[in-house]
Amino acid sequence: MTTLRNFSRFITDTLRMITTGGPVYYTWVALLLLLIAFGANAYIGQVQNGLIVTNMRDQVSWGFYIGNFTFLVGVAAAAIMLVIPAYIYDWEPIKEITILGEMLAISALVMCLGFVMVDIGRPDRFWHIMPLVGRLNWPQSMLAWDVLVLNAYLVLNYFVVTYLLYCAYTERHYVKKLVTPLVLLSIPMAVSIHTCTAYLYNGLASRPFWNSAILAPRFLASAFCSGPAILLILLQILRKTTKLSIKDEAIFKIAELMAYTMGFNLFLTAAETFKEFYSGTEHVVYSQYLLFGLKGHNTLVPYAWASIICGAVAFILFLVPKTRTNWVTLNIGCVLIYASVYIEKGMGLIIPGLTPDALGEIFVYRPSITELSVAAGIFALGFLVFTLMLKAAVPMMLGEFTISRGRKGAQPVKTEGHA
Amino acid sequence: MTAQDSCQPSSGTPCPSSESGGRREFLGAAVAAVATALTGCGKLSKEEFLQHNFRELSKEEVLSVIDRLEKEYKEKFGKDVKVANTPAMPGVMFGYALDLSRCIGCRRCVHACVTENNQSRDPEIQWIRVMEMEKEEGVNLQHAEHYYDPAEVPREGHFYMPVQCQQCKKPPCVKVCPVGATWREKDGIVVVDYNWCIGCRYCMAACPYGARHFNWGDPKLASKDVNPDTHYLGNRPRAKGVVEKCTFCIQRTRKGLYTACVEICPTGSRKFGNLLDKESEIRQVLETKRVFKFKEELNTQPNFFYFYGV
Repeated sequence: MTTLRNFSRFITDTLRMITTGGPVYYTWVALLLLLIAFGANAYIGQVQNGLIVTNMRDQVSWGFYIGNFTFLVGVAAAAIMLVIPAYIYDWEPIKEITILGEMLAISALVMCLGFVMVDIGRPDRFWHIMPLVGRLNWPQSMLAWDVLVLNAYLVLNYFVVTYLLYCAYTERHYVKKLVTPLVLLSIPMAVSIHTCTAYLYNGLASRPFWNSAILAPRFLASAFCSGPAILLILLQILRKTTKLSIKDEAIFKIAELMAYTMGFNLFLTAAETFKEFYSGTEHVVYSQYLLFGLKGHNTLVPYAWASIICGAVAFILFLVPKTRTNWVTLNIGCVLIYASVYIEKGMGLIIPGLTPDALGEIFVYRPSITELSVAAGIFALGFLVFTLMLKAAVPMMLGEFTISRGRKGAQPVKTEGHA
Repeated sequence: MTAQDSCQPSSGTPCPSSESGGRREFLGAAVAAVATALTGCGKLSKEEFLQHNFRELSKEEVLSVIDRLEKEYKEKFGKDVKVANTPAMPGVMFGYALDLSRCIGCRRCVHACVTENNQSRDPEIQWIRVMEMEKEEGVNLQHAEHYYDPAEVPREGHFYMPVQCQQCKKPPCVKVCPVGATWREKDGIVVVDYNWCIGCRYCMAACPYGARHFNWGDPKLASKDVNPDTHYLGNRPRAKGVVEKCTFCIQRTRKGLYTACVEICPTGSRKFGNLLDKESEIRQVLETKRVFKFKEELNTQPNFFYFYGV
């Protein structure tokens, strides 16, 4: 009974926490809400007129939405970049920030599901894909697998985050026997969501560009540098704006791990490119379209090379200890990695997979204004989810905001963090 | 295009919840109303919203679904449209063979198919794609011209290759569908339940033949263009947001007729029949001609063959 009462207080206090804040907070939330409304408006237009308001057509039947989905699955999977060193190697400085990684995963998954939802032609039939209610074609369809693992990963992360925060709020230490197995479980789960998403493309013999055995390893390698790139910048912001203490060595350690994964990612990209061009079969046309253009169509070429160059420069910046521990070069590296992987795992993966199409036709795809607007709305939704979670979580992690302290504007008392 | 002109009522059935009452009925109607608001187009009846996968419907349910569809079409097109549910004939496996040496690329098949199968006319969805190939290159998709438009066909030095659904024995599109909205019937025809498809387009990515097409917008089909002789799994009018494809004219072939493309072909390039019947023309072709399957290395095992007859 007390648990129930405490939990309902936890909920109401959290709600109050996320609805009160300073002018900067309100402005930021208002901006996000505005963007969400903007995206929702574009989406209503899309629902009324059909996906014809996008620039996708039969030849290129997936585009910007699915590209963003794929990239964000990687971001969600990358939470384990923090979990592995923290829990497997018992590396304390990272342990306290793993919860941030998990919250990032939750936000990324919300965006993933949003992008899938806006991409389907019949959102009213969404229930058809739900297990038991609908008719999930499992285990045949990789999309059915993806639906299951993405939702399971979402539930797992949501549970762990809520539980850890609730413990911090009620001033108790979390039950290690419960949290550690769940956190350890999240490692194979994170690998599985990205592997499933890779298999979704990988399993299609009709699309040689995707039908490569190293697609899943490439997905993981790129995810494990792009996800932390977002986190590193975020951690620095949080250190400055809150009392959250994040040690330099934690940030540098993550940066070091990113150097290895980026190096591996570049190596895998090179391996794929070598195989395509050296063997030079008819399947090379997709890589040609991506890297050099085909029959005068060069839309993707500047993006493809920008991605490779950004990745290579970032790799060097993170590999050299001097630039890795310099805040300016570190942050430049983060932005470069983010840009590199966003191109590579978004449009750079989906579009050349479908161009030329199954019958060799080249259809040049660029996202329409509607697609860009809807995507902006979904990103804003993800940022909003993350902002609201952070708003409540940070004071709880700091012990400033607990069941006995910090309510109704009482003076925050600094204690050691629980989470 | 504006919301108004693309948005036509797709359902004319009155919502029966007001008469029958009951909480479940009410909930169903409420959900359907929300779904209607979401899809923003026409009226989505509770029955349509809650309709289950075609293969899971009982005989009575199928009849009531067909009854509802016929009423909807009557309301929408102002004429009687018959929706058949003819099952596969026992002992029949449909096969198709196309003579590349005879085809002249006139595209009459493309248009006969559109007329027969009630595809959207604007933008026009075509289930058959004819490619103009260079004789020097052979079947090489990198040298295929999709939008050839000379004054006269065939053009010197070229041959023509029509491609449509290959009705694979191992259809990758069926394998990938997350909701089981597409499957292979007993007579080998791969069909789509347009009322169960969620429009994710995974099947389109999986198809190596570009045979699947999506209703990107509201299909535009004038009343005068409607072919009223339809099949639930075939040429009945579709809605926006779902995938469609060639069904070997299931509404015709299950009644013993030829497909529209076979009938129209002026050169006799198209052969169709029962693969299980030793006396059929299709078997004669397979036994006496050198045939090949398109993209054979993918092991999709089409029931659609190409051959050089001359």
